[in-house]
Amino acid sequence: MHSEPVTVDQLQIAPARRHREVIIRYSLVVTALVSVLVSTLIVWSLLREAWTFITGVVWADTWGQQGWFPRRGLYDLPTIIVPSLIITGVAMVVAGPLGLGAAVYLSEYANPRVRSWLKPALEILAGIPSVVLGFFALTWIAPNIVGRIGKETFLVVGAALLLGYAAVSAGIARAKIRQYREGAIDPSARIGAVASIAVLVVVFALAAAWTLNVWLDFAPNNAGSLAAAGIGVGILVIPLVASISEDAMAAVPDSLREASAGLGARKMSTATAVVLPAAISGIVAAFIVAVSRAIGETMVVFMAAGAADAARFTDSPFEGGLTMTAAMASLASGTDSVVGEGLTFQSLYFVGLMLFLITLSLNIIASRFVSKVREAY
Amino acid sequence: MVSRLVDDRSRAAIAASIERRRVDTRGLLFKVVLQSCLLVTLALLAVLLVTVALDSTDQLGTRLWDFLQGTLRSRSSDESLGIHQGMYGSLWIAVIVAVLAFPIGIGAAVYLEEYAPRNRLTAFIEVNIRNLAGVPSVVYGLLGLALLLNGQIFGLDRLTGGSSALSGGITLAILVLPIVIITSGEAFRAVPMELREGAYGVGATRWEMIRTQVLPYAAPGILTGTLLSMARAVGEAAPLILVGAVTGRLGENPGLFDIGALDDRFTALPIVITSWTVQSGRDDGFTAAAAAAIVVLLVFVLMMNSAAILLRNRFEKKRG
Amino acid sequence: MSMTDEAPRVIDRMAATAGEASPEQAMPAPAAERDVVFQSRDVNVYYGSFRAVRDVTFTVPKNEIMALIGPSGCGKSTVLRCYNRMNDLIKDARVTGAITYRGTDLYDERVDPVEVRRRIGMVFQKPNPFPKSIFDNVAYGPRVAGRKKDLDDIVENSLRKAALWDEVSDRLKDSALGLSGGQQQRLCIARAIAVGPDVLLMDEPCSALDPIATARIEDLMQEIKQDYTIMIVTHNMQQAARVSDTTAFFTADVRSENDTRTGILVEVDTTQKIFSNPSDERTENYVTGRFG
Repeated sequence: MHSEPVTVDQLQIAPARRHREVIIRYSLVVTALVSVLVSTLIVWSLLREAWTFITGVVWADTWGQQGWFPRRGLYDLPTIIVPSLIITGVAMVVAGPLGLGAAVYLSEYANPRVRSWLKPALEILAGIPSVVLGFFALTWIAPNIVGRIGKETFLVVGAALLLGYAAVSAGIARAKIRQYREGAIDPSARIGAVASIAVLVVVFALAAAWTLNVWLDFAPNNAGSLAAAGIGVGILVIPLVASISEDAMAAVPDSLREASAGLGARKMSTATAVVLPAAISGIVAAFIVAVSRAIGETMVVFMAAGAADAARFTDSPFEGGLTMTAAMASLASGTDSVVGEGLTFQSLYFVGLMLFLITLSLNIIASRFVSKVREAY
Repeated sequence: MVSRLVDDRSRAAIAASIERRRVDTRGLLFKVVLQSCLLVTLALLAVLLVTVALDSTDQLGTRLWDFLQGTLRSRSSDESLGIHQGMYGSLWIAVIVAVLAFPIGIGAAVYLEEYAPRNRLTAFIEVNIRNLAGVPSVVYGLLGLALLLNGQIFGLDRLTGGSSALSGGITLAILVLPIVIITSGEAFRAVPMELREGAYGVGATRWEMIRTQVLPYAAPGILTGTLLSMARAVGEAAPLILVGAVTGRLGENPGLFDIGALDDRFTALPIVITSWTVQSGRDDGFTAAAAAAIVVLLVFVLMMNSAAILLRNRFEKKRG
Repeated sequence: MSMTDEAPRVIDRMAATAGEASPEQAMPAPAAERDVVFQSRDVNVYYGSFRAVRDVTFTVPKNEIMALIGPSGCGKSTVLRCYNRMNDLIKDARVTGAITYRGTDLYDERVDPVEVRRRIGMVFQKPNPFPKSIFDNVAYGPRVAGRKKDLDDIVENSLRKAALWDEVSDRLKDSALGLSGGQQQRLCIARAIAVGPDVLLMDEPCSALDPIATARIEDLMQEIKQDYTIMIVTHNMQQAARVSDTTAFFTADVRSENDTRTGILVEVDTTQKIFSNPSDERTENYVTGRFG
């Protein structure tokens, strides 16, 4: 015989409780959809106005003109793209070594007690608003660091950086060539290997020519300049480089370090020959994210790069210039309605779209590298 | 026997090599280089803080109260120069961010972590949110400009009064939304499966389980994320410039809690700092004013950041 | 009426008695004399396309303790979790076949798993008290079910039944995390009892406990079985032999060609018979320690 039966109705919860579940579930769906809506709106608003610009502007005039004067209808793109690259380059020269060095120290050398003080200090730096760095770059870095760089100092620093770059590239090229000779590169990747060496060589040539050019036209400047703003942006992204690199090194299992130490390696060899190569994907990701952040940084450049709302073309870090971001802020600053000839307003969105696409691709590439680290360990 | 095989000369050589290796110059140098990377970074931070503090004494040391209550002026020597309008804007922007971004962000994180099926759509939304977090802040300003000022979409400009603290607050709420979602999501993922099962096991519904187990356990993590994003929002300037924050032609100082001024022309502390810094080339007295405004801003931002860091470290330690 | 003629989910509820099980799965003692709480038929559990458990059919008699034993990876915990629909919580887990609880299909689409779990409580492998006070832990279930009155009485009765009252009555407001492992597990039993369940599912409840705490839980099970039907998964054969009335032996069917392990039910019988004179050779090998 059966124990007293239970009906389906008895296995339901009170309607009020069930309805509450449904209501809450759908409210949460709505909140999640807001984020989708936001992305859609960003892309849509950018594309809408940018499209007007793309179809309306005379493209021949966006290259090789005197400068970026959006209110007068002059849109020379190199005028805002080249300074963006200079700022990013200067920022990475500052933040790359400092951030990576700090990360290696924190991850491999610092004892827990020191770490517990140093990490929060870096986090404090990470929390400093960019307007504060802008103030610092203009009022302190410009006169005290950039203003003191003489023609000779610039040549020495420039040559040292070029040599360092050449040494690293030569190392990479030699490794690729050896792999090629040994047949370790499969045929499909050969073009890539050759291309990457070619890119390294071309970048070196460009950088060398640029350094020489700047050196020849060198004029000191202790007011706002691209260099001052670049150093400011560099300080801003140090914590970013440090924290992402350190996360990558923390993901390297201790067993690798112990194995290395067990073979008699010293801490330095362990760090450079075992930990850094194992964490390389994460470190590359850190640099890419930092580049993306530096390109997108607005306020430091707007305040300290020494240009008003329009600018002539410059390729010298010691002159004032306008980046893509600063161009947008300049055009909109001090006014609640952007007006000017023809496509002035739309030019904002065109620059915004460029910036969006550049940072988006960099971030996507960076997240590929990060997931490589996750897969490995 | 072994000692016989090793003659005195080689023994000396071995001893010397051991001796030499004990002082590992290269290793030491390497460590010093690494240390100096960190020290240079921290020194820059220290110089920054000291410079700002010293510059600010001209204003804060002599007329702190007047400075806090004063208004934006075109000359730095003006008796009534101050940051009241900036504080009003920043305060209300923070309130709007808290009211909009926190519930929506936490809600979205609850949905994505606790309800959403693991399918391509969910994965797409998550990737999308991560990418949103990397979009430069100035681009959010463009969104605010198109959405809230120009009335191109839904005619929202009539609601926000165009260029206003309300528009600025909504723009920054959109800006920090991905950060809130990501940090809350991480906090939810840290909630142990055993707690969820325990609640389900005695007949809790999904929401009851979330309300009584997930949210309380994740509360410190959520709070950390919200504090960090609040600090970020209060320090942002670029999007506000795009949505028309100004430093001239502002109305009379509104009372700090006067909601009526929310749809008027507006400014915020970072905008005041930017404007004064840029003007310092023309009128050197603005350097001190900008530094003083920075001190006020940093007090709030660093307080929120430190609270977040302390909170996180405490709970990390507590929960192992 | 034979099983194979039926569609898997369609069950003639009045006729679904234990006596009709397929011949190779011998049922314990004349079932007509006993009350039946659960009847499972051809239960399969899938994780995605992977079949974790195959064709499980057996009945669970009322007010008895039924032990599910078998080597690890044989799906016994998975089977247990079908009985209060905990498997619903695992993304892409799927249950086919039918499990009836007192005549009603647990997987009927109108059945709410929340109410199922209230009636069919669960105690987990690792003690999982909530990070709340002892009182709030026990009162948790009644509270979410909307109960506000008599909580003091419910908590006291539940703790008494779980043989924990005397140890904690003076510190009900203290955090449950301060209790010892054995106390925590008894607290979890009290928490499960507090919502007035009919069945208790125990998933290796003693695996994280020392022998003394284990003995207390086992005594407790004997005391409360007059009020509850208990199903316990255990990897400890001595424990199954000590506490249970009936035992189901599972094993893993390993397919080396595609490296899958599917849990299958080998034999269900009185515990005494399983451990002294099992019908299946695999059971004998396992209980005598020759395998597993």
